[in-house]
Amino acid sequence: MEWKIDDRFPIWSQLTEQLEAYISSGGFKPGEKLPSVRDFASEAGVNPNTMQRALSELEGRGLIVTNRTAGRTVTEDAERIKSVRQGILRRRIEDFLDSIEELGIKDNELESLLRKAISERSGGTVV
Amino acid sequence: MANDILSLDRLTKRFGKKCALEDVSFSISGGRIVGLLGPNGSGKTTLIKLANGLLHPDGGAVYIDGQRPSEKTKAIVSYLPDRMYVADWMKVSDLVRMFADFYQDFDKEKAFSMLRSLDISEADRMKTMSKGTKEKVQLVLVMSREAMLYLLDEPIGGVDPAARDFILRTILTNYSPESAVLISTHLISDVEKVLDEVIFLKEGRLIRHENVDHIREQEGKSVDQLFREIFAIGTEG
Repeated sequence: MEWKIDDRFPIWSQLTEQLEAYISSGGFKPGEKLPSVRDFASEAGVNPNTMQRALSELEGRGLIVTNRTAGRTVTEDAERIKSVRQGILRRRIEDFLDSIEELGIKDNELESLLRKAISERSGGTVV
Repeated sequence: MANDILSLDRLTKRFGKKCALEDVSFSISGGRIVGLLGPNGSGKTTLIKLANGLLHPDGGAVYIDGQRPSEKTKAIVSYLPDRMYVADWMKVSDLVRMFADFYQDFDKEKAFSMLRSLDISEADRMKTMSKGTKEKVQLVLVMSREAMLYLLDEPIGGVDPAARDFILRTILTNYSPESAVLISTHLISDVEKVLDEVIFLKEGRLIRHENVDHIREQEGKSVDQLFREIFAIGTEG
């Protein structure tokens, strides 16, 4: 997977966020075995203990399970994955709404602007 | 921590009247990758040489896995010096054989596979190589040991970005919870992602020893930014 890391912020939380988004969007399937901490860390170019911390965090959130024999896998609990994904979407939408709040936008205006933006995207670029 | 791999206790070293290192104490436990950071002349190389037993302290002590530096500790410490130390007339294969003879923990296969991935032929002689390639060969030799402590003095000083990536990746893939790595450098932005902790040296004194994510959380800045701030102070004439 692709990693984007900014040295100005704690790296473990950036890894947690990116892994959470990747897993909940199906980058790894439910029950799929994950790479080892060491492989993940060298792929991302980060310290293994930092990667370990991110993976433990995701274990705490119920997205990852550690088995004695199989190592680390994505949870098989599809509902859990879905709810994590919903959580990410909700957070990002909140952030977006916060960022445009000062413009004093009305609900129906926002709705129609969103529709327009979405249809322009899916329609591809006009040259 | 129960398993301190490297421990410095009030370490002091003088060269004539100049105090190169003064009252420095810290410990590094297993599984840690630690940056030893400071501008030129702050005492980084002196500290590493003391840890390696190449210099003797004027005060305080160094412990490696609980023991004073000796022939015995040399067997568990893998050291990359800040300058070339291998003979120029030697071929890569000679060096590999020499290291395999010297160190029981040396893994020949690992060395050859790293050399292959760097496109370095074992038949090449050191004197025909560029400075960067020589540095890569030395790093391969040092990292091909299964040591307990790796002391790397400016491993990314003179190499290009691709080699730098290779070096950092090698350090990461070599990671083991039983060993520790101490990397001295002044090129912080290149290495800060691979570090657990940093030790800041200023004029021979330890001024900070901290977990890197803790710095980012507390200060809201990168280790590189913090370093620049700390060392900008006092450079004004």
